[in-house]
Amino acid sequence: MAKAQPRSEIRFLLNGEEVALRDVAPDETLLDYLRLRQNLRGTKEGCAEGDCGACTVLVGRFLAGKLIYESVNACIRFVGSLDGTHVVTVEHLKSSDGRLHPVQRAMVDFHGSQCGFCTPGFVMSLYGLRMREPNPTDAAIEKALQGNLCRCTGYEAIVRAAHAISDYGRASKDPLLAERNAVVARLTAMRDGVRVEIGSGKDRLVVPASVDDFAKLLNDEPTATVVAGSTDVGLWVTKHMRDIAPVVFIAGLEELKSISEEKGVVTIGAGVTYTEAFETLAKRIPPLGTLINRIGGEQVRNMGTIGGNIANGSPIGDTPPPLIALGASLTLRRGKKRRTISLQDYFIAYGKQDRAPGEFVEAVHVPVPKKGTHFAIYKVSKRRDEDITSTLGAFLIEVKGGVVKEVRIAYGGMAATPKRASAVEAALLGKPWNEATVEAALGEFAKDFAPLTDMRATADYRALAARNLLVRFYAETTGTKAPIQVSRAA
Amino acid sequence: MTAHQPSVKATKIAGGVHTDQRHDSAHKHVTGEAIYIDDMPEPRGTLHGCLGLSTVAHGKMVKIDLAAVRTAPGVVDVLTAKDVPGVNDISPTGRHDEPVLAEGVVQFYGQPIFCVIAQTREQARRACKLAKIEYEELPFVVDIGGLDVEKDKLVTPNLTLTRGDAAEAIRKAPRRLKGQVRNGGQDHFYLEGQISMAVPGEDGDVTIYCSTQHPSEVQHMVGHALGVPSHAVTIEIRRMGGGFGGKETQGNQFAALAAIAAKKLGRAVKIRPDRDDDMTATGKRHDFLIDYEIGFDDEGNILGVEFTYGARCGFSSDLSGPVTDRALFHCDNAYFYPAVKAVSAPFYTNTVSNTAFRGFGGPQGMIGAERIIDEVAFATGKDPLEIRRKNFYGTTDRNVTPYHQTVEDNIIHRIFDELEQSADYDGRRREIRAFNNNSRFIKRGLAITPVKFGISFTATHYNQAGALVHVYTDGSVHLNHGGTEMGQGLNTKVAQVVAEEFQIDIDQVKITATTTGKVPNTSATAASSGADLNGMAAQDGARQIKARLIDFAAEKWNVEKDQVVFLPNRVRIGNQEIPFGELIKLAYFARIQLSAAGFYKTPKIHWDRAKGQGRPFYYYAYGAACAEVSVDVLTGEYMVERVDILHETGRSLNKALDLGQIEGAFIQGMGWLTTEELWWDAKGRLRTFAPSTYKIPLASDRPKIFNVTLADWSENRENTVYKSKAVGEPPFMLGMAVYHALTDAVASVADHKLHPQLDAPATPERVLMAIERLKAAR
Repeated sequence: MAKAQPRSEIRFLLNGEEVALRDVAPDETLLDYLRLRQNLRGTKEGCAEGDCGACTVLVGRFLAGKLIYESVNACIRFVGSLDGTHVVTVEHLKSSDGRLHPVQRAMVDFHGSQCGFCTPGFVMSLYGLRMREPNPTDAAIEKALQGNLCRCTGYEAIVRAAHAISDYGRASKDPLLAERNAVVARLTAMRDGVRVEIGSGKDRLVVPASVDDFAKLLNDEPTATVVAGSTDVGLWVTKHMRDIAPVVFIAGLEELKSISEEKGVVTIGAGVTYTEAFETLAKRIPPLGTLINRIGGEQVRNMGTIGGNIANGSPIGDTPPPLIALGASLTLRRGKKRRTISLQDYFIAYGKQDRAPGEFVEAVHVPVPKKGTHFAIYKVSKRRDEDITSTLGAFLIEVKGGVVKEVRIAYGGMAATPKRASAVEAALLGKPWNEATVEAALGEFAKDFAPLTDMRATADYRALAARNLLVRFYAETTGTKAPIQVSRAA
Repeated sequence: MTAHQPSVKATKIAGGVHTDQRHDSAHKHVTGEAIYIDDMPEPRGTLHGCLGLSTVAHGKMVKIDLAAVRTAPGVVDVLTAKDVPGVNDISPTGRHDEPVLAEGVVQFYGQPIFCVIAQTREQARRACKLAKIEYEELPFVVDIGGLDVEKDKLVTPNLTLTRGDAAEAIRKAPRRLKGQVRNGGQDHFYLEGQISMAVPGEDGDVTIYCSTQHPSEVQHMVGHALGVPSHAVTIEIRRMGGGFGGKETQGNQFAALAAIAAKKLGRAVKIRPDRDDDMTATGKRHDFLIDYEIGFDDEGNILGVEFTYGARCGFSSDLSGPVTDRALFHCDNAYFYPAVKAVSAPFYTNTVSNTAFRGFGGPQGMIGAERIIDEVAFATGKDPLEIRRKNFYGTTDRNVTPYHQTVEDNIIHRIFDELEQSADYDGRRREIRAFNNNSRFIKRGLAITPVKFGISFTATHYNQAGALVHVYTDGSVHLNHGGTEMGQGLNTKVAQVVAEEFQIDIDQVKITATTTGKVPNTSATAASSGADLNGMAAQDGARQIKARLIDFAAEKWNVEKDQVVFLPNRVRIGNQEIPFGELIKLAYFARIQLSAAGFYKTPKIHWDRAKGQGRPFYYYAYGAACAEVSVDVLTGEYMVERVDILHETGRSLNKALDLGQIEGAFIQGMGWLTTEELWWDAKGRLRTFAPSTYKIPLASDRPKIFNVTLADWSENRENTVYKSKAVGEPPFMLGMAVYHALTDAVASVADHKLHPQLDAPATPERVLMAIERLKAAR
């Protein structure tokens, strides 16, 4: 790493214009920047917490050398995290001669808007979908729209429009594709590989040049707020109005984005987003793929990272319980020193993790279940998609000769941390895998968990549903043809 | 917009009535060019307000220390109750029970106490958090369970409806049962939150851009709060980003505070609360606890019913009087009760004051009706569909409501017949039985429920509207009416009516922002009445001008008046045709007045609340839905497999817009009864105040198969605008079909022998707990 001078401006492409900002507050959101500073008011604020999608814009960035565009929530995306990206807002869609973009035309013709306030967000989400899948299925449309709330239409007209978009022009002729090479050139020219540092004290933000740079920085400034996807930290600012400076933005660190597999262990860099992890995980550990599709909305999955989901230590984070059940471990790094611990041991108590000041999660290592084991994850929430878990159970079992040889069960939403069901496991281990054993094990749940009542569920419901998930898991392992879950499939 | 040359050869105008005209703002919605209040350019020096909210459910404020707030960065002023120059009250019904800012006592968690005005919105928000308020906490009531209409505090006088001797009929009935059903409230979750921007003018006048369904009321409330006449206050609204009833009265507070600050400081002031504050500090749909007693026979005929409709109204009356009245008006839904007594109980609670929400108590009223139908069905071992049919209103007899209005337009039988066929209810009922017998963990349920919804404001005087129609000398038309656009397409429908009247293409008609300066003394755009009232008023305005044009042409060309005929974009006068624009130009030179104020009042309606008798409704709108669900008996999770809807909007002004209203209302109604749950903690604090905790339906919650049909054979018997019917609210209640299908699926775990007593919202938790109760009882 050459000792280049840090740069003191954030550079990105906004629609067609290059932007270089020296006066960026560490907590300035993209939405406020667009609306207040750029007067681009097509992008709306609906909730300021990444749940409604009215502020959806596309962010183009390089992933493995390729320029990709993804929908994100501008309300919880910080400007400081945009260095070297292409921000596309709804204002960029209409062609210079005033003609509407195919997504817009379809939305108009199919009566996809009523009050219109959510509409720019829907247009941008559908645009993001179109770039990946020009002829999407119902399921793909629903997935792309999980992070967009509409209170008027009941969505039917929007889904009809989504199906019709391809009739309005070929995706391969899309303006963003046509100008692609030029954009790549402009973005490449912005990338100088140096650290970005702006402001000091309460105004300080840093975009490290590399993981080594980041490690050093955090070691020197252990109180800095590390922001990867900002799907959590964004709310500290927009909802709690916390001062988060100094802030270190790590979303652009490609070295944290690697996914590899060695000897049956998948290693996921801490900066890998849910969307980036999806393909590998859905292939190698299918229940994780299914689960990822129920975490947040598309915009959140495009920003949020598995590393962040672990690092923030939430008791209702969705990935820790299955990763604990799988026996995952973490690489923690401080400066140049690394250590590896089991994920289970990382969670100490509510709000407390085994992470020293200046230390960060660098990677998570996930063993792929062995042949002959059965692995399942069941998430229960009030609303199926884009909802926070009431209870989530993850089950890994190996049955040999009808007897439970190995079992690992972990739950979320049931305790102050993601937690193993040790007593339940003990009641299963070494026993014949049958209904009687399961029945006996159900009685052990009370020893493992004393869940809370809150707005998502009562303690009674959590306890009951958690037990019943084991019943479901048993049924699943018997290979029954009868349905064991409700399904969105037609 | 480029000038469009209207075709004078056309056989039909573009965009007349009964066409699928697109929403007039659709192009602007999809490009982000549609301007909502927060998108307007701010006048130079605009300040921003943020409300400081109470942190206890009920308490005396013993010390208010705002020193740190006042000295926080960017803060220009902090308003408290003493800064209200006029009357510190925004009670819309004049009951003087709702302060702009609390004084002395706070009555719910989230009640506004002060308002910070700062250079930026963020500074105002941050400063708000620095307030130190000490409370002497007082006992509070959040839940209405156990409250007594005779003894406990009501926010407004209650209503009793009686026809016949219900107690006697129940006593004499072969079978009787009693029960209770609870349904939760609902947050509007308009995507655009509340917002007002006040701009001070000369003479102490103020103009407020306010996201409101009721500009005239905002005008009155601001006038009272400022202590100025109404003529000093102008309210303007081009469009809202959703309303659903949540902007009927709930914008008053923000408008009043913005106006007070703007006048005090001489600068424009904008208040746009954060979503959390919006959901905490503004009213919602009323939660109800309904007690019922029914007398019936073995065949399932209802003989007598008594209802008590208890409502969580919150700390003030707001619109709780008319909301709870309307609940009683719909305690029958589509059913005839030979003897009935229904009592409302609008309870005071230490919660935010509940307000209008699509259906306005009607949905909660119908929950009672549909619950007793289910109860009778389970008690007699019959399919609920059979009980529904058996108890429907007749067409010539058995057609008098609990409020003594005769149902003259009943079409529910035909709606049911057609829907039962098209949805294949019988075949699917058999399939589901077979499926459930072979499925241990997943159970299916099916239900078909009707809607009969009364159309008119029950406050008779609200049933009036005005419109202002200008024809300019080039033949283009500027149209303004008292209704407000919140996405429903009202402006489009009214423009269609005017285009049709003048026989000109719709793009010759421009609808402009609603403003109290153009059409005065308007009613809220509510009660589904927007097109009925404003369409007629605009039609009246257009017809006045047409009449003058006809007189003018008949005289000038010396023909009989009936020889002047408006054809598409032209007028035939005797044997010649001239373009509409040309006639207008000639009329102008002949000094014909080309502007008119139209007016309409709904005929036939009257209501005597003291007697509980009258004809509150001009007509009824009908529909029905058939829903199939699958339920997981291990977790209570469910999926809506299929929904079939048949709904009528009379001779629809615009089927495309009506279809959008029906689909959207259904999903919203389904959300109310399924995943949308309001939850208060033990300290009386609402904890579901953001989309992260309050779950409205997503695209992936809509029915997997969703067939919506308009009953195109329907026509309004009454003389409404082009024989159409209102559409805003009625389809909301079609969502009940999902709730009853869930009940049906749950009941299958006890072989349909026990009624599941499933309350709403039927969250997965409530569904699972109902299943557990049935398993324990079977």
